[in-house]
Amino acid sequence: MPLELNLNLASFTEKHRAVPLQPNTIYDVLILGGGPAALAAAVYCMRKGVKTGLISKDIGGQVIETAGIENYIGYKYIEGRELVDKFRDQVKQFEIGYSEGLKATSITSDNIKKVYLEDGNFYQVKALVIATGKSSRKLNVPGEKKLTGKGVAYCAICDAPLFAGKRVAVVGGGNSGIEAAIDLAKVAEYVTLIQFRDKLTGDKVLIDRLDIFNNVTILLEHEVLEINGTEKVESIVVKDRKSDEKKQIDAQGVFIEIGLIPNTDFVKGIVELNQYGEIKVDCACRTNVPGIFAAGDVTSVPFKQIVIAAGEGAKAALSACDYVLKV
Amino acid sequence: MPLFDEKKKKELGDILKELENDVTIVYFTQEFECNTCKDTKSLLKEIAGLSDKINLDIYDFQKDSEKTKEYGIDKIPAIAILDSKNFDPGIRFYGIPAGYEINSFIKNLLEVSGKREALPENIKKRIDSIKKDIHIQVFVTLVCPYCPSAVMTAHRLALESDKIKADMVESSTFTHLALKYSVTGVPKIIINEKHDLVGAQPIDKFLDVIEKI
Ligand SMILES: Cc1cc2nc3c(=O)[nH]c(=O)nc-3n(C[C@H](O)[C@H](O)[C@H](O)COP(=O)(O)OP(=O)(O)OC[C@H]3O[C@@H](n4cnc5c(N)ncnc54)[C@H](O)[C@@H]3O)c2cc1C
Repeated sequence: MPLELNLNLASFTEKHRAVPLQPNTIYDVLILGGGPAALAAAVYCMRKGVKTGLISKDIGGQVIETAGIENYIGYKYIEGRELVDKFRDQVKQFEIGYSEGLKATSITSDNIKKVYLEDGNFYQVKALVIATGKSSRKLNVPGEKKLTGKGVAYCAICDAPLFAGKRVAVVGGGNSGIEAAIDLAKVAEYVTLIQFRDKLTGDKVLIDRLDIFNNVTILLEHEVLEINGTEKVESIVVKDRKSDEKKQIDAQGVFIEIGLIPNTDFVKGIVELNQYGEIKVDCACRTNVPGIFAAGDVTSVPFKQIVIAAGEGAKAALSACDYVLKV
Repeated sequence: MPLFDEKKKKELGDILKELENDVTIVYFTQEFECNTCKDTKSLLKEIAGLSDKINLDIYDFQKDSEKTKEYGIDKIPAIAILDSKNFDPGIRFYGIPAGYEINSFIKNLLEVSGKREALPENIKKRIDSIKKDIHIQVFVTLVCPYCPSAVMTAHRLALESDKIKADMVESSTFTHLALKYSVTGVPKIIINEKHDLVGAQPIDKFLDVIEKI
């Protein structure tokens, strides 16, 4: 196998001017999140010249987990990581207030709004752009939480090599589940793909690619009841939804790929959400609270794509700048 | 066959022009080279060839037992990075720094050479008040895009404090260690054998754990 070197050139050559967030400053706009929506919003705010800060748990959001992207306009093909590096460099060329690594845990909706972070600090701002995107949905079965990081995994591209020669299960028969099964089938001894519905719902090209492997079993109309193990995952229990028959499957790893949920816990009760927990916004990215805007996958806007999130982020930023100028 | 084509060479060479002072890469392999030892050696040779400021010392894990002991090396391939005064800040790479880890490695060369951004005052203070010996191991895979950030943070801590040593450990090369520390998700950070963190944690999360030890 040739040696792969994923050198991220830009991280060395670009000059970064971002500065730490200031607790005693009242910002014009604070942007929450670090995915395409938030980063696009940051670029727009900085170019408008308003005092801006960005607060995010990580930079890149879901795009980091995407191996190859073929539908972000301007690139016929680009790796997720590479696109994120470009986004980051474009943001950090500005003297933007910047906090990476901590989550926002709550916000207030007064004229001067506060954003509280995990470490207990808070920052003050006139207008907020919420772009906290989506995270992996949990199965919510016994054993899942206890064994997360101990065999229960949510990032197949990162962790597949650790399961070389082992038995693993993938839960979820959509695109991400099938992609995970393919990545794992290349190295693992055996892969069991568990799908709730009566057929795989992923794209045909992916299903065909999965078909080539003879170490993969697909269980349709099955659900996971529990994940067993003391220190590490040892097995899972599944139920056949037609016959109600239960069985135990040996597995040292369980990859959960059953879709995404919006990261809106910290704004519940402040801004209005829809039935899926997404923030309701109008066509100018306004929420029901004056001065709070939202963009990207976290919102009720249909279709969750990078180019859409970036566009919405730009729109939310411009709305927020407008608002700041008027108050 | 060279690992870097002319374009990559030029790019890397330009990055390495930023080295402020000399650095020395100390590499441990052995006569009967381990699986990835040969590739590691070629990689390091090519990198060292790109800058006058990089020296490369290669030792045999078995034969040069004194050096092995001096640097506390217990497995190969192993790499340490020394500064211009040949001081060893306690940075180790166990396993080839290829894939995404090339980024940690290049960054560490720059940092050890003196080219690094200042840490916030409060973080610096917290690091300076560490009194106990701390050993951080960051388990990675080469295909994990989140991992370099954890490695760079651990190595930066080592660079800032005489009390801290930090290793990158490539999980597929050292499967027995991955097994021992129950590594089933990367990056996984083990501090002083017993304490662990999962995921690319920021520097203050490292310090939170270290301060409790
Ligand atoms: C495997 C996979 C493949 C995909 N492939 C494609 C593709 O090929 N093309 C395409 O167009 N789209 C693709 N998508 C969808 C695309 O990635 C998303 O639509 C897009 O990333 C949404 O961007 P976002 O900025 O709204 O949110 P996200 O990307 O979800 O980013 C959210 C950000 O908010 C941060 N955050 C969350 N909570 C908090 C908090 N409380 N405080 C602070 N920060 C917080 C997170 O750390 C993250 O940085 C894919 C998604 C996945 C999962």
